Amino acid sequence: MKRRDFVKKTTLSSLATLIGAEIVFGSNMLEGYNPLALQDPDPFKMFNKNKEMVVLNDKPWNIEAQAHLLDNKITPNTAMFIRNNGLIPEGIDAKNWTLTIDGESVVNQKTYTLEELKSKFEQHTYQLTLECGGNGRSEFNPPAKGNQWTVGAVHCATWTGVRLRDVLEDAGIKNNAVYIGYHSADKHLSGDPKKEPISRGAPMVKSLQDETLLAFKMNGKDIPLAHGYPLRLVAGGWPASVSGKWVNRISIRNKIHDGTKMMGTAYRVPCEPVAPGEKVKDEDMCIIESMPVKSLITYPKSGAVLKDGTSLKIRGHAWAGELEVSKMEYSIDFGATWKECPIETPVNRLAWQHFSASIDFPKKGYYEVWAKATDTQGVAQPMILPGWNPKGYLNNACHRIAIKVT
Amino acid sequence: MTKEEEFKKYAKKVYHLMILVFSIFIIAGGATIYYINDPNFSAFKNNTETIVTTPEEGDEDLIENGIHVRTGLVDAEGLMTVVNNCTNCHSAKLVMQNRMSAERWNETIKWMQETQNLWDLGDNQEIIVNYLVTNYPFEDKGRRENLTNIEWYELEN
Repeated sequence: MKRRDFVKKTTLSSLATLIGAEIVFGSNMLEGYNPLALQDPDPFKMFNKNKEMVVLNDKPWNIEAQAHLLDNKITPNTAMFIRNNGLIPEGIDAKNWTLTIDGESVVNQKTYTLEELKSKFEQHTYQLTLECGGNGRSEFNPPAKGNQWTVGAVHCATWTGVRLRDVLEDAGIKNNAVYIGYHSADKHLSGDPKKEPISRGAPMVKSLQDETLLAFKMNGKDIPLAHGYPLRLVAGGWPASVSGKWVNRISIRNKIHDGTKMMGTAYRVPCEPVAPGEKVKDEDMCIIESMPVKSLITYPKSGAVLKDGTSLKIRGHAWAGELEVSKMEYSIDFGATWKECPIETPVNRLAWQHFSASIDFPKKGYYEVWAKATDTQGVAQPMILPGWNPKGYLNNACHRIAIKVT
Repeated sequence: MTKEEEFKKYAKKVYHLMILVFSIFIIAGGATIYYINDPNFSAFKNNTETIVTTPEEGDEDLIENGIHVRTGLVDAEGLMTVVNNCTNCHSAKLVMQNRMSAERWNETIKWMQETQNLWDLGDNQEIIVNYLVTNYPFEDKGRRENLTNIEWYELEN
């Protein structure tokens, strides 16, 4: 903002020099108006995001939500985090967009237009939780490299498309198939056309699930460009990087896919637990599959001040990767005591679940409301940071909000 | 007219001629030098381009309150080396978010050279890493931090 003001000021003064007089109505120039060539891209307008979203990085674009922006049961585009490894593709022509199925383990390599995908295969709609593998990274100690996500790199929108399974089976899957790998139209940051910014995938068992879609609609409309228009792979419950955007090719592999960000330390955690800060060899890192159990208090916004004697209604969502959340609890005394609260069943598998509670505080003072979800295998969220890992993935520590009773 | 007077008159003529010749020479020489430096004679025109670009060039690396305005990086020793080597591919925001030791920055640089087409930084690598560990130092956060930056507001029921 400051830079913009400065540019505006210098522009006005240089315009003044140019004309040889002060610009009489310069001070009346519309607020927000900048001479065209000087406009900074406004990410909130460009991506249609809520102004309270937080820009972590503008090259490449990485933007996260705050907990209270995620209050809707179905996340609207305005509150959906944006994660990019490369540059968003430009000039997409949906009419001529094609998807090719190839790889060592395809029976017949095939190419489909978008129209063919839509007309040839049955369409399905699911609400699917997508959480960035690095959501919560900012809390790890020692710090982990990468975008420092806090709590807002998660969303649960509805996705409409065709089943990846139906398309793969139409091309034919050989018996030796192990993994699928996607390829996309985004550009590498260095501008090198030979490099892919990201090319990840999933084992066949995940690829063949009912809910794993090749989606062309999000919340009933064309997918917004930043979220993968015109075609996105959507694999709920797994790190969102499996859900490749702008997908134009899927390879059926006879081995674990070895694309960019599948290897080394990317989206991997130590196969065996390590002490904070410990060095881990690449070969001792294992690929993340299902995301862990987690929850978020989306109402009220942290920092609420309420009068003594009034009860506080809270609500939020919980999810558990491939599993379901079976129990939801909250604490107002830093975990000394927990109270159970109702948790709804998911609208479909891999969709987040909603909880709510009404809390009475015993006396005036500062409180934190902590939320804790437990999955169907009895695994709960930790109150402190879970196992440290070099890249800062899978932080599912309890979310909390600050409350003051006066 | 004596011979002496005649000589004086002649000498005066030569003297005036020489002044004229030298004046022409100096003016022509001056014009040539000017032409070499400014072949468009822009000093005699109302050349708007120069006037407009000057403040914008200044803007590129403007420092305000100790911050390099264009990138948001702290103004300190090594700033421009960091700007010139570390903000071409990605935003400076990615740099500032990360708090690493010199060893881990060096590993990260190696990773960027192996996978992201980063060039050999030569002697600049030490300048860059020193700038980063000095101005964006590692902070010990423990296993869970206190909630900070709470914006208190009255909750209407």
